[in-house]
Amino acid sequence: MIELRGLTRHFRVGDQTVRALQDVSLTIPDGDYLALMGPSGSGKSTLLHILGCLDRPTGGMYALDGREVGSLPENELAAVRSRKIGFVFQFFHLVPRLTAAENVELPMVLAGMRPAERRARMTKALAAVGLTDRAAHRPDQLSGGQRQRVAIARATVMGPSILLADEPTGNLDRASGHEIIELLERMNGGGLTLVVVTHDPEVGQRARHILKLVDGRIASDGGSP
Amino acid sequence: MSLGDLMAFAWRALRGHRLRTILTLLGMSIGVGAVVLLTALGEGARGYVTNEFMALGSNLLIVLPGKTETTGNAPILGGTIRPMTLEDCEAIQRRVPRVRRLAPLSVGSARVGYGERRREVTVLGSTPELLPVRHLEIAVGRFLPDVDLDRGAPVAVIGRTVQEELFGGANPLGQPIRIGDWRFRVVGVMAAKGQSLGLNMDDVVIVPVTSSMRLFNQPSLFRILIEVGAHSEIDQARREVLGVLRERHEGEEDVTVLTQDSVLGAFDRILGALTLALAGIAAISLSVAGIGIMNVMLVSVSERTPEVGLLKALGAPPRQILKVFLVEAVMLSAAGGLLGLLIGYLGSSILSRAFPALPAHPPAWAVSAAVIVSLLAGGLFGVLPARRAARLDPVLALAGR
Repeated sequence: MIELRGLTRHFRVGDQTVRALQDVSLTIPDGDYLALMGPSGSGKSTLLHILGCLDRPTGGMYALDGREVGSLPENELAAVRSRKIGFVFQFFHLVPRLTAAENVELPMVLAGMRPAERRARMTKALAAVGLTDRAAHRPDQLSGGQRQRVAIARATVMGPSILLADEPTGNLDRASGHEIIELLERMNGGGLTLVVVTHDPEVGQRARHILKLVDGRIASDGGSP
Repeated sequence: MSLGDLMAFAWRALRGHRLRTILTLLGMSIGVGAVVLLTALGEGARGYVTNEFMALGSNLLIVLPGKTETTGNAPILGGTIRPMTLEDCEAIQRRVPRVRRLAPLSVGSARVGYGERRREVTVLGSTPELLPVRHLEIAVGRFLPDVDLDRGAPVAVIGRTVQEELFGGANPLGQPIRIGDWRFRVVGVMAAKGQSLGLNMDDVVIVPVTSSMRLFNQPSLFRILIEVGAHSEIDQARREVLGVLRERHEGEEDVTVLTQDSVLGAFDRILGALTLALAGIAAISLSVAGIGIMNVMLVSVSERTPEVGLLKALGAPPRQILKVFLVEAVMLSAAGGLLGLLIGYLGSSILSRAFPALPAHPPAWAVSAAVIVSLLAGGLFGVLPARRAARLDPVLALAGR
């Protein structure tokens, strides 16, 4: 469960202050499917980064599963990211010199998991995204859709409770994009909280809720049912 | 993240940029190789000189006229040097029982001729004892005759080069040669010996010491070479020789007695300093290699900024990012160090094979220092780039900024 109360995020650019987020209050229950929409510069990516503990709010409160995480030090934020959060990016962010299998294993390697368990989980995660036969391929030997599926396997392999996707279809053709959304929705169906940042209204419409941001403020909140 | 995982990850990264990795390795290995090779060269030179001196025997005293050690006192009586004479030699031989052999030495340079041929040659004056004291060997004929010290027989022993230049293929034994205006008869030819202590022993003529002192009109001997019975007696013998000479020279200590050890020690210090200087020069290339590693790692960090962002997004804390890049830098420098050792050992073995007289073996201290420094260089010069990576803001890093 994610709770934001009066969240603000300011950036200093030169001698100006950019208010990327202003007074954002929001509750995302476990297992929700939320689309963050809005024009460029509306603050939706900033919000996603704060939700993913990559960035810290300037003010306000962020509680994740009842724990205030907005002001945690860097090391503890990293631990929260490792255990609870999976990221999917527009440009996949696969490590080019590692195979699909090794890319999926990477978060487990970073967490210091034993090799046997790593292998078992990696095999399962690749199977879940339908890429068992591509395990030994490097990213440059995979199509865009396949790369994103590897990234989704990597994002879910640690068993997080939240999956954050930043324009996951932004760099894919329609058919592949559709497949990726369906895959993400399947993960959501399995109980994962899914937050998708998107420009694409077609993608946004599929979410259970849509949150529209304009100039760092919530313009319309579909609310939880 | 275990060390094995860290190393595997670093290995992949290094292999991903093959050319860059190889060039950096080369820089480091040249640095380490230079340390190993240059110190081997320095040690080789030291070994060479030591061997030269040891060939003379370690229980040798060298007496030379004049005082090399200065005292604080100004000389009261003009400080004239009394000549070192053959009588001094006889007195030493008579009164210092520790002296096993003694060879007086006078040196001059003269034109030596046979028939129409002439040659400018170093002429040594000595006694039959010179042969064992300087470890010389006779090839043909015999050495100087064993007669009274003050009898200057007109006989000469010639070196190999002198024989070839003056006689060609002809038999020199019994033939008359001219030294300056004097005539000598050749009684023997030395075996080839080559350069020894700065003198080409093949290009000399050896005559009885009295003859050479008269020939060159020298009142004083050039040196007295004294061989002591045992190495342990050398200091005692040195004092006794000094005592005899002081007594004979009216209480004035106007000679210097060098022991083999002191001469060797001086050379050892000089050549040791040379080795250190070479090591210093090589160390500069080592530090340049370290900076090269830093440079490559900085490039690597800025190139892989999005990757750092990803690692952070996947839950890597800053310390782990630091380790990832530090391990990479240390692996790079360690591999370079090992390669450098290989180059250094290969080079010095080629060197000692090409010049067998030069025992060019890299000293253990230089080898271990080079390896440790190369490892430290990786660690030290890797810290800055690794810290830069660890401190990257994850959001900006993901965007590649």
